[in-house]
Amino acid sequence: MTSETQSGMKKDLVVYLCILALAALQFVIAYQSIDPSQMFVRMLIVAVVEAALALLFFMHLAENRGLLWFVVIFTVFVLLAMQYGWTDSFRITSGAPWSKIG
Amino acid sequence: MGAHSGVMEKPAFSVPAKKMAMWVFIIADTATFAACLFAYGFIRNATPNWPRPFHSITNVALMTFILVTSSLTMLMGVRAARAGDKSGALRWTFITAAAGIIFALLHLREWLALIDEGMTLFKNPWGTGLFGASFFSITGLHLTHVTGGVIALIAVGFRYKSGRYNADDLEILGLYWHFVDMVWMFVVPLVYLLNLAH
Repeated sequence: MTSETQSGMKKDLVVYLCILALAALQFVIAYQSIDPSQMFVRMLIVAVVEAALALLFFMHLAENRGLLWFVVIFTVFVLLAMQYGWTDSFRITSGAPWSKIG
Repeated sequence: MGAHSGVMEKPAFSVPAKKMAMWVFIIADTATFAACLFAYGFIRNATPNWPRPFHSITNVALMTFILVTSSLTMLMGVRAARAGDKSGALRWTFITAAAGIIFALLHLREWLALIDEGMTLFKNPWGTGLFGASFFSITGLHLTHVTGGVIALIAVGFRYKSGRYNADDLEILGLYWHFVDMVWMFVVPLVYLLNLAH
């Protein structure tokens, strides 16, 4: 086995352990006595970091900047375009924000 | 060398066409899963009596561990293939497929337990019937991806063994497998952990 392969495997193992630790952190957050919206935000942040690690190192996007930007810009655009429904979903439960205008 | 070789287009982002096709598929599939998860978020947010039926995290924690570990074994397989170790590459690829099968079985066991408790697509004993529809849709879509991935791992593994596929093909399949793992990182907190019974 070449030293390049060995160092690559070592890096994979470190990233794997980081992802496992972050996954465990999500389970810890689930048992905290905090507001559900706070819990949602914390879990989502951890999930985004996990996904970023997988994208950059497991899927080797860190080695191809051009492809990285292509994937990130396209995906973020699609995700932002899907935000339109939150106002409606809040309005159904609490009448906010529109009923409070005026 | 042909007369047209000088005007051949370079591949986009210096990525071979097959790999680029997988990336485009992954981006499209990200949109599919994102649409499902956002729709789930909108519904959950707008439904006051949303059920929280999960009492134990053991099964989902085990499933997470297996899926994340299977990403590592996939990487091992690709590295072995790149290093010319054909038997090692095959071994790791089939270990990855076995992990996928165990994951699918654990998932099915969990589904059956929930069905036993009275949960269907349209009703459940705990609250709004929308819960079953969204839970089975999202986890079912993911399970379908895992099942497809397992079939692909076995097929590509055998073709790699016979010499019809090479390390590049294993790497492209690896991208898909890591993607399936990545989606699970969002499904777990949103669908399971936020619905834990406290």
